[in-house]
Amino acid sequence: MGFRYEFRLSGSGGQGLILAGKILAEAAAIYDGKNATQSQSYGPEARGGSSRSEVIVSDEEIDYPKAVNIDLLLCFTQEACDKYHQDVKEMGILLVDESYVTKIPKGKYKVYSVPITETAETKVGKALVANIVAIGIITQVTGVISKEAVEAAILSRVPKGTEDLNLKAFNTGIEMAQQFK
Amino acid sequence: MREDDARLMTGNEACAEAALVAGMRFFAGYPITPSSEIAECLARRLPQEGGTFIQMEDELASMAAIIGASLTGVKSMTATSGPGFSLMQENIGYASMAEVPCVIVNVQRGGPSTGLPTLPSQSDVMQARWGTHGDHPVIVVAPSTVRETYDWTIKAFNFAERFRVPVVVLLDEIVAHVNEKIIVPTRGEFEVIDRDRTTQDPKDYLPYALTDSDIPPFADFGSGYRYNVTGLSHDETGFPANDPKKVDLLHRRLNRKIERYRNEIVHYKTELLEDADIVVVAYGSTARSAYRAVRNARALGLKVGIFKMFVLWPFPYQELDKLARRVEKFIVPEMNLGQIAHEVTCAAKHEVAQVNRIDGGLITPDEILEAIKNVSV
Amino acid sequence: MFPYEKYLRRNKFPHIWCTGCGCGIVLKALLRAIEKSKIAKDDIALVSGIGCSSRTPGYVDFNTLHTTHGRAIAFATGLKLAKKELNVIVVTGDGDATAIGGNHFIHAARRNLDMTVVIYNNYIYGMTGGQASPTTPAGKKGSTAPYGNIEPAFDVSALAIAAGASFVARSTCYHAVQLDKYIHKGLLKKGFSVIEAMTPCPTYYARPNRLGNVVDMMHWYKENSIPVEIARKVSEQEKKEKITIGILHDAERPEYCEEYQKLSARIMKTDNK
Repeated sequence: MGFRYEFRLSGSGGQGLILAGKILAEAAAIYDGKNATQSQSYGPEARGGSSRSEVIVSDEEIDYPKAVNIDLLLCFTQEACDKYHQDVKEMGILLVDESYVTKIPKGKYKVYSVPITETAETKVGKALVANIVAIGIITQVTGVISKEAVEAAILSRVPKGTEDLNLKAFNTGIEMAQQFK
Repeated sequence: MREDDARLMTGNEACAEAALVAGMRFFAGYPITPSSEIAECLARRLPQEGGTFIQMEDELASMAAIIGASLTGVKSMTATSGPGFSLMQENIGYASMAEVPCVIVNVQRGGPSTGLPTLPSQSDVMQARWGTHGDHPVIVVAPSTVRETYDWTIKAFNFAERFRVPVVVLLDEIVAHVNEKIIVPTRGEFEVIDRDRTTQDPKDYLPYALTDSDIPPFADFGSGYRYNVTGLSHDETGFPANDPKKVDLLHRRLNRKIERYRNEIVHYKTELLEDADIVVVAYGSTARSAYRAVRNARALGLKVGIFKMFVLWPFPYQELDKLARRVEKFIVPEMNLGQIAHEVTCAAKHEVAQVNRIDGGLITPDEILEAIKNVSV
Repeated sequence: MFPYEKYLRRNKFPHIWCTGCGCGIVLKALLRAIEKSKIAKDDIALVSGIGCSSRTPGYVDFNTLHTTHGRAIAFATGLKLAKKELNVIVVTGDGDATAIGGNHFIHAARRNLDMTVVIYNNYIYGMTGGQASPTTPAGKKGSTAPYGNIEPAFDVSALAIAAGASFVARSTCYHAVQLDKYIHKGLLKKGFSVIEAMTPCPTYYARPNRLGNVVDMMHWYKENSIPVEIARKVSEQEKKEKITIGILHDAERPEYCEEYQKLSARIMKTDNK
């Protein structure tokens, strides 16, 4: 069987996780020439409520589009972390925003606990772009999708006039991840 | 670095774009999760293409409006989900009876009633076939991927035009909402069929003429052919008829239209069946799980193949019957309590194993693999 | 002699309407209005739902569409939007238009979609055997209101005006000439036009309610109709149980097809930039 990489971005509605998933999928599928799917499960709320966005990247056609054996789990809420951490595979990655996730469940995965939202607010200038900071970290730590592809996908998906802000967020994320040991 | 025709698209977007490519220029609908993106996309796109989009007051009206539009010769479509599909049944029957080509997209969600608005289901399979009262012709297609949704939306219009019937595109929340890479086909890669139009003198025109093909040539409303259209049983002239002979002739022809052309309509693909002693029959998004399960099972040395349906109605009874003569064990995974499994049982003439989920979750490859292991012992 | 023959599908006669039914009177008024409007037969689509009045399309030589119960206006909406040059006329009854089709009726009025709707109001479901409808006056009997109707009735014209129709008129089968005048005005009006035609149902409304024969009903229309100009001056008490006839509403409002065409032109222009 070919290469298959599973991301799950979890948190609550309004945190931009669906958009983040679409950017990762578009980067992999359109700009990196791989196959990718992005799916989501959502409740009836437009804001609040739990939100889950999943991206599968593969070098072959993707049949089952849901994540079952997660390579990277991003958690923007404690609730999401408690609920999904056991789906992360052995030696997978658990990435959490330390402002929201204070209790990190034990498991056989690598853990990166970083101030994502706080960095977005203080360094980039807007908490709203925390999702893009997270994308930067994910790009750097996984190496599954090229930096150029993610950049191109960000530019194609974010609202006009916010390109610079979002690229700054993305690069900030990359720099943060470069400090990881 | 960018692949030129590659796009990341959801099934709902692919459905809307493909409909435009098929020549659809009239859409009437009513918002409902998880189908609303189709309406949203067409609200933006149709005015750009010189077509018409209208948000109606309900699904009854949406279905009626697309029939009215199609009578003028314009390819028409609506999109909805279970509760709205229930309301549309009345005029789906009208379209069958009056032989008005149209396409109805039903993005299935959990039911009955308001059910599970945001979660997938495949429980409208029987409703798509038998939802409206009376014996009636209808064609139902059920794609599994975004690319298939694109292709089968075009084919749905082709069927509707070719056979003058309503065609249902049964999506489910997974196919509708998954963002997937598709290489948008070029115009030369698919066929677009338009309904056969009469060339007769208006004074000789019979709107429901008995022809060799069983499909009467169409005349656009307002093009000089003044004829009558009714939902009542009618004769060749299009006027109501009670004469048992005429009524019998009409209804047998309406249903024969599908039966005699079933080989043009029925469509499925098989994989790994040559040496298989187990076959998984699947459709819609569940087929995606089935593919993975079958590959995983093969890796374990289990002789299992797949029969994936693109068209649910007319149902491939003959094909499954033939298959059942050499393969004994059938497994049908579906997000309902066995609607297609029952038909497979009829075709195979023995009980089949089922994998069913009705909790709003997509059946996983492991759940199907478990069923494969169970029947293989 | 008016050339009715020109518009009739004579081989479809005799019609199914009862002796004394008002449907024929409204039909003739409609044909006179069409003749006066000089609209070609090919350019007219006559759409109906289910009921006595809704059988009209079968008898007339236009593009005719006999649809499902209550849905005539919704089918007509699709026809009109897909082929804007068609003159769309809907013939419908009180039950068809205001009960099962009430939602379509008010929304088409709200959109002010260019079509002419002739509502035959006979206070009853005739086709199915005299059941009470939303316009059956309180106290009157129907087969489903054997002890007298306890529901208040819809004022169909008031409903149309409130919902946004740009032209609304009412008349009766006794005032047949006035009917064709209003239908003619409706045909010429750009927008949603409603002509409420009060029609006698001697079989299922007059008989159970002991209102006499059709001649008596015509007399009743004559005695109880008040021209709108007078109705506006008299007290509510004086108008009680009377029928206000005349042009009740005539206003200019943006019409849906035109608005859509404007939008489409604007979008296509922006896209070409």
